[in-house]
Amino acid sequence: MAARAGLAVAYGSRLAGHGGSVLGGRVTLALDARALPRLSEGRTIALVSGTNGKTTTTGLLAAALGTGGSVVTNDSGANLPYGLVAALTADLAAGTAVLEVDEGALPPVVAATRPAVVVLLNLSRDQLDRYGEVRMIAARWRGALADAPGAHVVANADDPIVVWAARAAASVTWVGAGQSWREDAATCPACGHQLRWDGAAWACGSCDLARPEPALSVDGDTLVSRRGERIAVELRLPGRCNVANAAMAAAAAQHLGVPTARAVAAMSETTEVAGRYRVVRVGSSLARLLLAKNPAGWVEALDLLRPPPLPVVVAINARVADGRDPSWLWDVPFERLRGRSVVASGERAADLAVRLRYADVEHETCSDPLDAVRGLGAPAVDLAANYTAFQGVVGATARAG
Amino acid sequence: MPADSVVGIALLHPELLGTYGDGGNALVLAQRLRWRGVEAEVLPVHAGEPVPSSCELYVLGGGEDAPQALAAAELGDGALARAVDRGAVVFAVCAGFQILGHEFLIAEGPRPGLGLLDCTTVRRAPRRAVGELVVEPDARLGLTTLTGYENHAGLTELGPDVRPLGRVMAGAGNAGDGREGAVVGRVVGTYLHGPALARNPALADLLLSWVMGRELAPVDDGDVERLRHERLAAALGRRARLRGWRRRVAIPVTR
Repeated sequence: MAARAGLAVAYGSRLAGHGGSVLGGRVTLALDARALPRLSEGRTIALVSGTNGKTTTTGLLAAALGTGGSVVTNDSGANLPYGLVAALTADLAAGTAVLEVDEGALPPVVAATRPAVVVLLNLSRDQLDRYGEVRMIAARWRGALADAPGAHVVANADDPIVVWAARAAASVTWVGAGQSWREDAATCPACGHQLRWDGAAWACGSCDLARPEPALSVDGDTLVSRRGERIAVELRLPGRCNVANAAMAAAAAQHLGVPTARAVAAMSETTEVAGRYRVVRVGSSLARLLLAKNPAGWVEALDLLRPPPLPVVVAINARVADGRDPSWLWDVPFERLRGRSVVASGERAADLAVRLRYADVEHETCSDPLDAVRGLGAPAVDLAANYTAFQGVVGATARAG
Repeated sequence: MPADSVVGIALLHPELLGTYGDGGNALVLAQRLRWRGVEAEVLPVHAGEPVPSSCELYVLGGGEDAPQALAAAELGDGALARAVDRGAVVFAVCAGFQILGHEFLIAEGPRPGLGLLDCTTVRRAPRRAVGELVVEPDARLGLTTLTGYENHAGLTELGPDVRPLGRVMAGAGNAGDGREGAVVGRVVGTYLHGPALARNPALADLLLSWVMGRELAPVDDGDVERLRHERLAAALGRRARLRGWRRRVAIPVTR
C-alpha cells in the first residue's frame, strides 16, 4: 500500500516537472519504515558501492543482468534509502534489482535488503566533512558484511582499504581492477603499519593483509581470468576507469549466472549513464560532459580530456552532496592544464581560481558553467564538473534540449 | 636567508598527513617566493626517509588516526626539534598541529607528541567540529582576519608557554574556549584547512618574512581576495545579518 502511494506521488511529481523518484521514495518510506526490506524480499539484490564509479558500474551491471530478465535499478544516482525504495517500487514484477548505494548508507542497506551480491569498487577521500575519514567507512562496512553471511562480495583487490573491508565477508570474488590513486593507502587499514608497494602488488610489513590473488584482472582493454582466458571489452564509454567498472560488473554478473562473454556484450551497448560522457549542444558549441567528484576521480578525468587547443571548463560546487570543504582541489594535479584555455566555473569558482593561479594555469572565471562554454565560442569544449555542478548542467541541458 | 639562496620547504609525510589538501601550503609558500624572484624547492619527505636538516620551512598537514601516529613516531628522532633550534619555521595543521604538542589522542589511546608546542590533545569532542572557521589573529602578528575550514574531534588545550594564533569569530577552534591555534617563536599550529596559506596569503607572507628576514614585496592576490570575501561573507553572514537586525530595532529607541 505504501509502495502504491509512493508510486502515485512519483507520478504526480513527474507530471509537475520534478524528478519523480526521490519524492515518491520519501513518501513510501514515511508511510512504511520497513519498505526497503519488504520491497527487497524474494528478489535478487545486487548492491554497488564505493567512492568512484558507482553509477556507471550500476548501469553496466543492470545491462548485463538485463539479458536474463527484467531488472530495476537506480541508475540516476539517487543512492540513499529513499532513492532505493523508489527504484524498487518502479517495477514490482522485476525479480532482480541493481542498486547503487551511498558508501555511508551501505551498512543499513545491506541489513535491510539482504543482497545476493555486494560490489565494492574503491574507497578514497571524498566529502570528508560528511563521511569522516576513509578508514571509518571501511570499518562500518566490515561490521555490515560480517553480519550478512548470505552476501557474496565482489571486491577490488588493488585497493587495500576495500580488501580489508571485504575480508569480513563470508565469500569474496577478488577483481584486479586497478587503483591509480594511492594517497589514502599509505598505511595498513588493519594494523596501521606502513604498506609496501611493488608494482601492483602490495602487502603490509607487519600483519597478514596483502593483495589477494584476483579471479579476474584488467589488462588494457581485456579481462583476464585466473585460468588465462581473455575477453576483449569494447565499451562505448572512455577510459581505463570504465574498463575497471566493467570488470567489477562482469564478476558480479557471473556470480549471478550470466557468463562473462554475454555480460561484456551487453555492457558494450551502454553509451552513457546518467549524463556521464554525454555530448550536449550549448550555443554554437558541442560540450562533452565529464564527472569527477574527488581527487581520485579528477586524476582519471584529466586523462580523458581531449588534447589542446580544445578548451576546458572546470565547474566546482561545494554543496552537501559534494562535501562542503573544497580543500581537496589542492590534491588534484591541475598543473596538467598549463598552457590550455581554461575557465574556472561553478559556485566555488573562486576556490578553483586560486588553485589554478598557484598551478600557473592561466584562466578566466565564470560562475555559470553553460555561460562559460558559450563565452568560449569554440566548436568543441570539454566540461568537467563535480557532482552537483554536473547534475546542474545535465538538468539544464536536458530541459533546453 | 641561506647562502645558496634556494629556500627549502620540507613537506613532511604527505602520504600520512595529506588527507585534507594541506600539501597546498607548501606549494603556496614556494610559489609566493618564486613570484618574487626567490628560488624555492618543495621536498616531500616520506615515511622511512630522514627529515632533511637544511630546510628553512617545515610543513605538516591533517590526517587520520593511524597515519598520524605513524608520522609522530617517524618524526620522534629529534630532527625537527633541531631544525627549530636553528631558527627554521614550522607550520602544522590539524593532526600535524596535534603532533607538535606534548601528547595527542588516537582511537587506541594517547600517543606522545614532539613537544614543540606547549599544548595537549587528550580529550575528544562528543561531536566533530566541522565547518567554516574564522579567526581574529593575535594583533602582534599584524595579520588580517584568517579564514579556513575545520574538521576535527580532538580538543587542544594550550599551556602557558604558547599563545593562541587568534580568537575564534566563527567555528570551534582548539577546544571551544575561543582560542584557535598556537604560536611560539617560529612554530605555528592551527586547525585551519583550505589550505590555510592559500586562503590567507598574509599568513604565508609572515612565515616567509621570518625566513627572509625582511618584508616581502606585494604580489597580485586578486583571485584570493575574491575568495576571501566570499568565504568571510558565508561564515560571518548570519552574524552580520543579526547585527543589522539589532541596528534596525535599535533605531526607534535611540531617537
